[in-house]
Amino acid sequence: MLAVSLAVFLAGCELVVLNPAGDVATQQGQLIVYSTVLMLIVIVPVMALTIFFAFHYRSSNKKARYEPDWDHSISLEIVVWSVPLAIISCLAGLTWVATHRLDPYEPLRRISAEVPVDPEVDPLIIQVVALDWKWMFIYPEQGIATVNEVAAVVDQPIEFQLTSDTVMNSFYVPALSGMIYAMAGMQTELNAVINEPGIYKGFSANYSGAGFSQMRFDFHGLSPEEFSGWVAHVRTDGSYLSEDEFVELARPSIGNPVEYYSGIETGLWDKILNMCAGGDALCRNDMMMVDALGGGGLEGLYNRDLYRGFCSVDDTQALYLMLRPDMRERSDEILAAISGKPTDLQAEIVETYVDEG
Amino acid sequence: MASPDGVHGTAGAAEAHPIFGKLTWDVFPFFYDPIIGATFIGTVLIGLAAVGAVTYYKLWGYLWNEWFTSIDHKKIGIMYMVLGTVMLIRGFADALLMRGHQALASAGYIGYLPPHHYDQVFTAHGVIMIFFVAMPFVTGFMNYVMPLQIGARDVAFPFLNNFSFWLTVSGAVLIMASLFIGEFATVGWLAYPPLSGLKFSPGVGMDYYLWSLNIAGIGTTLSGINLIVTLVKMRAPGMTWMKMPVFCWTTLCTNVLIVATFPVLTATLALLTADRYIGTHFFTNELGGNPMMYVNLIWIWGHPEVYILTLPVFGIFSEIVPAFTGKRLFGYTSMVYATCVIMILSYIVWLHHFFTMGAGADVNSFFGITTMVISIPTGAKIFNWLFTMYKGRIRFEVPMLWVIGFMLTFVIGGMTGVLLAVPPADYVLHNSLFLVAHFHNVIIGGVVFGIFAGINFWWPKAFGFKLDPFWGKVSFWGWLIGFYFAFMPLYVLGLMGVTRRLSQFEDTIYAGYFVTALVGALCVAVGIVAFVVQIVVSIRKREALKDITGDPWNGRTLEWSTASPPPYYNFAFSPRVYDLDAWHHMKSHGHRRPQDGFVPIHMPHSTATGIILSGLMTIMGFALVWHIWWLAALTFVASLAYGIFHTFNYDRDYYVPAEEVAEIEGARTKLMLEPAE
Amino acid sequence: MMHTPTDLGLGALKDEEPTFDFYVTEDHHDDEDHHGHEAGTMLGFWLYLMSDCLIFGILFAVYAVLGQSYAAGPAPVDLFEIDMILVSTFMLLFSSITYGFAVIDMQMGRQRNMIRWLIVTGLFGFAFLGLELREFGHLWHIGATPMASAFLSSFYFLVGTHGLHVTAGCIWLCVLLTQVQMHGLTAENKRRILCLSLFWHFLDLIWIGVFSFVYLTGVLL
Repeated sequence: MLAVSLAVFLAGCELVVLNPAGDVATQQGQLIVYSTVLMLIVIVPVMALTIFFAFHYRSSNKKARYEPDWDHSISLEIVVWSVPLAIISCLAGLTWVATHRLDPYEPLRRISAEVPVDPEVDPLIIQVVALDWKWMFIYPEQGIATVNEVAAVVDQPIEFQLTSDTVMNSFYVPALSGMIYAMAGMQTELNAVINEPGIYKGFSANYSGAGFSQMRFDFHGLSPEEFSGWVAHVRTDGSYLSEDEFVELARPSIGNPVEYYSGIETGLWDKILNMCAGGDALCRNDMMMVDALGGGGLEGLYNRDLYRGFCSVDDTQALYLMLRPDMRERSDEILAAISGKPTDLQAEIVETYVDEG
Repeated sequence: MASPDGVHGTAGAAEAHPIFGKLTWDVFPFFYDPIIGATFIGTVLIGLAAVGAVTYYKLWGYLWNEWFTSIDHKKIGIMYMVLGTVMLIRGFADALLMRGHQALASAGYIGYLPPHHYDQVFTAHGVIMIFFVAMPFVTGFMNYVMPLQIGARDVAFPFLNNFSFWLTVSGAVLIMASLFIGEFATVGWLAYPPLSGLKFSPGVGMDYYLWSLNIAGIGTTLSGINLIVTLVKMRAPGMTWMKMPVFCWTTLCTNVLIVATFPVLTATLALLTADRYIGTHFFTNELGGNPMMYVNLIWIWGHPEVYILTLPVFGIFSEIVPAFTGKRLFGYTSMVYATCVIMILSYIVWLHHFFTMGAGADVNSFFGITTMVISIPTGAKIFNWLFTMYKGRIRFEVPMLWVIGFMLTFVIGGMTGVLLAVPPADYVLHNSLFLVAHFHNVIIGGVVFGIFAGINFWWPKAFGFKLDPFWGKVSFWGWLIGFYFAFMPLYVLGLMGVTRRLSQFEDTIYAGYFVTALVGALCVAVGIVAFVVQIVVSIRKREALKDITGDPWNGRTLEWSTASPPPYYNFAFSPRVYDLDAWHHMKSHGHRRPQDGFVPIHMPHSTATGIILSGLMTIMGFALVWHIWWLAALTFVASLAYGIFHTFNYDRDYYVPAEEVAEIEGARTKLMLEPAE
Repeated sequence: MMHTPTDLGLGALKDEEPTFDFYVTEDHHDDEDHHGHEAGTMLGFWLYLMSDCLIFGILFAVYAVLGQSYAAGPAPVDLFEIDMILVSTFMLLFSSITYGFAVIDMQMGRQRNMIRWLIVTGLFGFAFLGLELREFGHLWHIGATPMASAFLSSFYFLVGTHGLHVTAGCIWLCVLLTQVQMHGLTAENKRRILCLSLFWHFLDLIWIGVFSFVYLTGVLL
């Protein structure tokens, strides 16, 4: 029945998941095929045996052997457990290797099966923001932003950095690569490459509310020249994306048209990522830093603004003044709290601590 | 009712009135939504007809005394099945609405469901099918069959059993109420925050969801405890663990899973409730809340829940296959171990539901591999059924048809499940229609087929006559063909990169597949109608289909040793067990039914406490949904007081006199000796 | 279709007597039934406690995840008065000991002594609840409400859920005292007292977890 339905349905349809245009998705599609074939080794005999036994041992067939008390066979038991075990062992090995090779956080190792990554070429960085119900793309290097349209250069690695300004969404361009969730206050990453020029569909693959169905965008795979042309086009046609403009844009809308922004306010991405764009909320990075240092104390309940800019002040002395007196006394705890990989700024804070404490 | 800017559901988002809470005239959607209006009128008419019929035939007293307040596990089991059937029709109506709408929308039409309505429909469909169809059905089987199979007279806590049932009904009533009063949630069946939080779902739909599942979930936990104790303490003398029927083993493992996971659901939903009602920050985006924690917690419950549904039906198949092949089950021991291994493994796979949330490759591959490992014991089970058929004499009665249908269908679902457990494959298939097809493949091909197999198998035990085989076969073929037509296209659509929960499409290339899926859903509808017809026809032809032996299939386990339907005390004498397949052993070793020497039997009294308490809790849930604080407080205090009052009743059981037992058993003997016509 | 009597297990035995005794035919009125029931109740109650333990397990896990998300607000050091917590911890520990005395008296059949110890237990319980309410009231008053940060949400929920359990235990204790007054130390009442005793010690155990994991760790680290 499976074979029949497959034959009927697969004739002439566009199985983008199995036949994509990006190398990562290609490898993922191949993995689907390999795993399926591996499993069919056991599935097909089971289905065939089921039909054969059901037919052969039907009660009207008196010629078939009937052994009502036969219920055990060590050799069969061994087969019964070891066949699935063998298949799953192979699949587990495949899974381990493939999961590590195709980890979306890892930089790409190859452009396609034949072409390795050129270490000289930096990946194109695209910052992605999921909004109600549209996608915003920021090109930090090009200084432009777009809504519901994104473009990349064919055969150049792309590094997506993703966040959400609203509920959880999943960023998915089937032709390009697998999906990854975009969540508020967090950054996820996706490394991918497009190998064939063209326009591909992208959308949210995690239900996010009323306008979810229309939360779509086009992904353009362009040659380097076309990409430059596209960037220039965005620059000429677009308006400026200030923080206020972003707040307007972030309001819920369904089926939002494509929009271009020729420039973006400095630090907007960081503000969006830390959920303090346009609002008076304390930025999440500031909040987390204060928390890592032992909390903001009772005064923090009434005046979180005390800690605004905690992470981004340049002057360590000023930062030191922002610390609560009891924080200053507990220098070793704070050392412990921000151990790991302290940034330069953090290292400086710690130094200041140790010096003064 | 979407607000002008198209934001999420808003019914009842207004300020609460001191007496009526958030209830106003605008919350009744049947005033402005033609679909709900028609459903409402239909429901009211059917409801009035039912109430009228019960009143006309003066059945209220009978229903109240013999069913609603009954603590007989068999009647409670049957009531669970009735609940499951009613809710199946509701859940399936939702499915048809979605299939119809998607078929239209994919062909370039606007369809008939605006997003706000469509989103409620798919949320309700998922919640209802899992919590109020599959759960009541499997709980019904466990309740009805398991005590009979272990030779017990009831469950360990008969009152608690009745209470658990009515708590489940209470949850179902709240969900049904949301159809006509206000709205249901628009968040998907697992209600991921922050979407399900107050900020993004200000309406009452989410509150219906929370209170409905909280109340029903407590009922399920209590029922789990009850059935475990029954199995541990009340097995017939001689029935050691390894002489217990496989269905009892799967019941045991299922209920261990229930007791070990439903508290997680209760706690998680309680925290989300707190976020919505108190304004805490467990799962919000703000002030340190962590929505990812909800996703983890809900799946720590959610994945074992899948096995809570499938393990009992594995048990059902393990009873049916030996009965209809006339053979002992192949590999009983490995079946038992496989069940236990599945139970344990089901706890350590939950992360495979969100590989795409950004965990590292090590974590993802660990959970991917643990998931695949589950397919080893499951595969062993399939082989065991297969080799039970080997060298058997297979009678293709309706239950056996379902088993064959299951074995062929379930392996496909198992295969696609393992495929989805490969993280890089999941990156491209997650949340797609491929996934939707996969879990319907295992839940319909496994759980639903098992439920229908079980109904056809045990119906004669419960009612004393077989189900009509013709309509049973129509139902089977309707479901089987319908399933393939409805879900094979969804696999293909998933590979075409179509995601789930879409109500509008920008492309018409998918139309053919969606229309095929609609045709499949209509075939399933035929299957469901045939099932109802089968029951009606069988009741009318009950004399012709009558079974007086109590053992119509030449069964092997103890439930077939007593009358059909069994007397309320189940067994005049507790059976002693010497072998697995105890009844088969009795039959083949010169068993004679005892005719005299009956002794008094200890039985519990019926009680109305369960239904009264659950009624109060339903009202409390409703009051909390609508922020009618005084009513919530009142019903809370009332249920507390009534619960305490119940503990003051020490007169809970009685002895059935030996004469009464002799009379009932004598009547059966007489019936059996009359030549059947 | 005709059935022969032998078919139906009704006919007389032909040649040999059955070698198996298929039914429990003796009448065990009152003894086995009741014992079985009692053991079942205790097992059932254990299972309930385990399921409850899981709820606390989740709340502890949630606290472990969110316990340091102060949202730039107060941390444990700013809030907890460890002295008072220590006092209430001892209230609960003592109540467990006094419950133990009550159970000893119950087993000796000394109803009046048992009731006295149960009343003492209840008083300790109420004292604990009083102190907890005082703490919550104080925190609420200074603005450290459950809405203020994820840490406070998880703190209130963990400690509050325990408090609700103690409240339920106190109500149950009052109900049981009435029932013992009415019916004496019947088997049923004894079973209930033992169940409540399990519940009470269980809550004590949870509290030790709360005390060390939330309060001590919070203040010391």
